[in-house]
Amino acid sequence: MSANQTSTVTTLTERATLPMARAINEGLRAAMAADDRVLLMGEDIGPLGGVFRVTDKLQADFGSARVLDTPLAEAGIIGSAIGLAMRGYRPVIEIQFDGFIFPGFNQIVTQLAKLTSRHDGRVPMPVVIRVPYGGHIGAVEHHQESPEAYFAHTPGLRVVAPSTPNDAYWMIQQAIQSNDPVLFFEPKAKYWMKGEVDPAGAPGELHRSRIARVGTDCTVVGHGAMVTTLLQAAEVAQNEGTSLEIVDLRSLSPIDFGPLLDSVRKTGRLVVAQEAQGNASLGSEIAAHVAEHAFYSLQAPVLRVSGYDVPFPPARLEGIYLPDADRVLEAVDRTMHY
Amino acid sequence: MAEQMIETLHSGADPEPIRFLDDEGNYAPTATAAAYADELAAVGVDDFKQWYRDMVGTRAFDTECTHLQRQGQLALWVPSVGQEGCQVGLARASEPQDHIFPAYREHAVAKIRGVDFVNLAAQFRGLTHGGWDVTDPANGNFHLYTLVLGAQTQHATGYALAQLLDAKRAAGDASLEAGEAATPTGDATMVFYGDGTSSQGDANEAMIFAASYQTPEVFVVQNNRWAISVPVARQSRTPLYRRALGFGIRAVQIDGNDPLAAYAVGRRFLREARTGGGPGYIEALTYRIGAHTTSDDPTRYRAAGELEEWQQRDPIARLEAHLRSLGVDDAFFAEVAEAADREAKRVRDAILALPAPDADSMFANVYSEEHPRIEEQREWLDRYEASFMEETA
Repeated sequence: MSANQTSTVTTLTERATLPMARAINEGLRAAMAADDRVLLMGEDIGPLGGVFRVTDKLQADFGSARVLDTPLAEAGIIGSAIGLAMRGYRPVIEIQFDGFIFPGFNQIVTQLAKLTSRHDGRVPMPVVIRVPYGGHIGAVEHHQESPEAYFAHTPGLRVVAPSTPNDAYWMIQQAIQSNDPVLFFEPKAKYWMKGEVDPAGAPGELHRSRIARVGTDCTVVGHGAMVTTLLQAAEVAQNEGTSLEIVDLRSLSPIDFGPLLDSVRKTGRLVVAQEAQGNASLGSEIAAHVAEHAFYSLQAPVLRVSGYDVPFPPARLEGIYLPDADRVLEAVDRTMHY
Repeated sequence: MAEQMIETLHSGADPEPIRFLDDEGNYAPTATAAAYADELAAVGVDDFKQWYRDMVGTRAFDTECTHLQRQGQLALWVPSVGQEGCQVGLARASEPQDHIFPAYREHAVAKIRGVDFVNLAAQFRGLTHGGWDVTDPANGNFHLYTLVLGAQTQHATGYALAQLLDAKRAAGDASLEAGEAATPTGDATMVFYGDGTSSQGDANEAMIFAASYQTPEVFVVQNNRWAISVPVARQSRTPLYRRALGFGIRAVQIDGNDPLAAYAVGRRFLREARTGGGPGYIEALTYRIGAHTTSDDPTRYRAAGELEEWQQRDPIARLEAHLRSLGVDDAFFAEVAEAADREAKRVRDAILALPAPDADSMFANVYSEEHPRIEEQREWLDRYEASFMEETA
């Protein structure tokens, strides 16, 4: 790729209100323009721009040797990306839907996650795996799942999930800059949610959590699409006289517990909300960690609001399965009246 | 009925596996070998002597490591006995700029590329999950052993894809279109696996990607007839090389106990890969004379007659016979045996002297960049261990 070809690419330079899918697209474009070792790989990411159009026009901008439409095989995509990384490339993989990451699970968990350690740190593994995840889109089986915990459990991987277009724009670039493998979970229900993107500077480091709303009575923590639900719940609670502080995790591995613990020490109460099944989940880890480190500040047990411990149901039932603002508020009521 | 179906599925009889030396070590090329004979034009008796030295040295190392396991000094050993012929021929066919992705039994290849035998054994002594620095040119671009069968085939294909992309960039070519011809790269990747692994999805996907992108890559399947206790007939009803043909990859069968065949075909396929000929696939027909590992017991599943039959085709004996026919005398063979024993002794002593890893090394390289959870646990372990020091003080 010659410098000339790259310099003709137009990247975002002014503040703009963009849907999240476009914000990630602009983040990818900026990362590719900044570093010609960055490659995109995946199914249908070329002329189609991906099934969610996140890679729209990137192949036209950077050529088919930097935006690679691959054969339809997730293990092959991830395994090949490992080999590319060994020679200095920085592959960014698109997995088409959350449920389709599992054919590549072995390459992620037994290989990608361990190779930095096996090479005594001499061969970094800067591979980003983008995964559109979660429900709310009425899709068929394997298209609405939240598999984050499998990866957060695995040493050697980093796991993040943005909740706003601006975070998505910046976090994808930060993930690509990381020399470690990053699972980048994109809340597909929010791909069309608009928000202001400011290309002037990142809002914070990749692995920092953020206070999405300041409150005093109860802390509620979540990530990805759940953050929108929590903010809606906070509005309702405010009208009913309860002030919720909302923490957006942003990073699922490592988890930035500092702001969360500070919040719990202030409010004395915590509700953890997640789309994933609750058993052995991220919520379990958060509840245990907070109980261990903020025990004397807690006025009530940490409560979890999760998907039920069943396979993600057919779409007509997803409204019952997925935690909504009402279920979050039910848990808030329980902790407030404990 | 089944036999008939298979016959129909085949597009014809399988060509005779390529070989130059027959079982007795006579130079007797098959008709299929003729097309590769020119690859041996520059190879002479001095080369054959080196290859012999490579094979005997590897076998002495294998024997020493088996002893070390029996003595409790290694947790496990994976002998390569019987497979030295194809390994030495293929390794000697590679060029310094090529990259090699092994499974975990390619000891002769490792040594020829520059990896010290001592470092191969470190993993089996429980000291590391790696063992050598793949970024050090002294280790000859020989990548780490991979124990999840077939995973390395995809890393190799990705690496070869990177070689291809590097070449395209150097040529100012920004496109990689579906169906396009292969690009000359100047370097290639060779990946090793076995007949059992040929059933893994990863190995098949690796061939799909290699064919799709026309990577500069050579797949080497050492068909040693046994995947631990399961015979190759359980893995495949078709000769394995035919699978590669089905993926659109040129493929041949060679006599895997003939280092000349391995060298000639390996050299041709690697050169074609480097010069824009795309990927190739070599099925080396060989035999695992030893056990799968030191934990295995082949007498539970293999007939004794089969082992004896293959011992008659030992690649070392075969090359020795060829060397003797070229006038090499006893003094050479005695010297090689003595040198191999000396090296095995050095390796043994060095393995026993390898330092134990410290606990901190568990945490050291889990990530390339700082990770708070790792740091917390590292510090906790330091404090925990220090607490015992205080008690004993």
